[in-house]
Amino acid sequence: MAFFLETLLGGLMAGMLYSLVALGFVLIFKASGVFNFAQGAMVLFAALAMARFAEWIPGWTGIDNPIVANIAAFVIAGVVMFVVAWLIERLVLRHLVNQEAATLLMATLGITYFMEGLGQTLFGSDIYKIDVGMPKEPIFVLESMFEGGILVNKEDVIAAAIAAALVAALSLFFQKTSTGRALRAVADDHQAAQSIGIPLNRIWVIVWCVAGVVALVSGMIWGSKLGVQFSLTTVALRALPVVILGGLTSVPGAIIGGLIIGVGEKLSEVFLGPYVGGGIEIWFAYVLALLFLLVRPQGLFGEKIIDRV
Amino acid sequence: MKQRPMGDVILDVQNISLSFGGVKALTDISFNVREHEIRAIIGPNGAGKSSMLNCINGVYQPQQGSITFRGQTFHHMNSRQVAEMGVARTFQNLALFKGMSVLDNIMSGRNLKIKSNLLMQALRIGPAEREEIRHREQVERIIDFLEIQAHRKTPVGQLPYGLQKRVDLGRALAMEPQVLLLDEPMAGMNVEEKQDMCRFILDVNDEFGTTVVLIEHDMGVVMDISDRVVVLDYGKKIGDGVPDEVRNNEDVIQAYLGTSH
Repeated sequence: MAFFLETLLGGLMAGMLYSLVALGFVLIFKASGVFNFAQGAMVLFAALAMARFAEWIPGWTGIDNPIVANIAAFVIAGVVMFVVAWLIERLVLRHLVNQEAATLLMATLGITYFMEGLGQTLFGSDIYKIDVGMPKEPIFVLESMFEGGILVNKEDVIAAAIAAALVAALSLFFQKTSTGRALRAVADDHQAAQSIGIPLNRIWVIVWCVAGVVALVSGMIWGSKLGVQFSLTTVALRALPVVILGGLTSVPGAIIGGLIIGVGEKLSEVFLGPYVGGGIEIWFAYVLALLFLLVRPQGLFGEKIIDRV
Repeated sequence: MKQRPMGDVILDVQNISLSFGGVKALTDISFNVREHEIRAIIGPNGAGKSSMLNCINGVYQPQQGSITFRGQTFHHMNSRQVAEMGVARTFQNLALFKGMSVLDNIMSGRNLKIKSNLLMQALRIGPAEREEIRHREQVERIIDFLEIQAHRKTPVGQLPYGLQKRVDLGRALAMEPQVLLLDEPMAGMNVEEKQDMCRFILDVNDEFGTTVVLIEHDMGVVMDISDRVVVLDYGKKIGDGVPDEVRNNEDVIQAYLGTSH
């Protein structure tokens, strides 16, 4: 029982982190109808910025305190992501108002390659460390209930808490504010949104900024777990099944989808793995997503799209 | 006939010309709209009616001419500015936020009027909450007016066409516009739906004193409800006046019925 709970908990923590990346996709899709292929590149870019500024700041300013340096690096990386968002709107999206979704998708593909290249040119292409001082040592909880207690990784708990807080804040922003309503309106119809006085350009900058912040937080957390390196862009690939499962248009869907996949991966690896020779964790998410595409293509919480002919 | 207090000129379109490459959509169009009137724009397909509306609305930028709105003259209108000045519109082909509920769609029409800051809105603190409630009351009034109470929470994409047209009108009304631009509000409707829509337009005009500029193909409707009519054909103005004048205008008859040679 204790082992089962431990696996479950581990799965939930990992799932929370998948959700965070998936959220980046969902936000931009909900708010602009664009499937943002560049989300992975943005995660890498933000993580690189954060890692390198944390390294450079003590040298520039002579501040030795790692907490101050990390906070400063986080803020600067945030500003960098804002500038990126503004440039993307200025140079790319502004010229594509009222275009097909496929055109916009191709544009984000271009942005992906550009940002991967630019990130590594500006910040270097080695493996860097983000050390925000998260405690690495595992702890045991519920020792009174189970013999030996349940092993929990402190770092995972903190990461999951940060992810949960971010998700909560974004849900409020989207559901309760007039700007959130404007964002959803723009996603549905550019022209109608303009007619009620919603400024498309400003909305797009806001959306990409929010996606940039989400990328920064996911980059920070994943980066401190795995190290900041090019393979961070593939973290985005892990989030694709989550998006399919939860539905491309649903924030709660991204969270629950992430949790299901996190838990499913871990449980199937541990309990089914021995029968099929292991390695389930790698493909479990994709197979699940495939099944969902067959049975329920809009995902668990996505909007069902009906076209009238 | 109806008696409406006809005010001063609120919208004055002067010598508007618009072309797309070599195609002339509008050539030297001038007409005005008086406060509180219902002004129809008619003409055969491709006459430039929607283009005219799009110029007023700031979607298209005419190459020549100017538009005077409440004493201020503009060469280029910008959509946001137009919305802020109190011009709302509906669309010929529905342009609703399909994934959002009826309530949210209409509420989005009030977006420009919501002033409290983001953080307070997100947390629903004091003034922000009161403001939200106030706007919500307005929206409920519009929902009652348009008789769509039962569909409040339904995603708009799932409603039948006639009701979607009403939601489109509702969203425009939520902006409390001074001028309402309606692009074929009755296209594709059956007789009963048309009657309802006519009633709504007349009521809006009557109760709120809203000026209405309307594009419509159904001549019966146009002649019944509008005060004055502009007729366009091939991007040129061929007639302008009260319905009876227009009905007897030679050019208009030719444009609609063709000529015998």
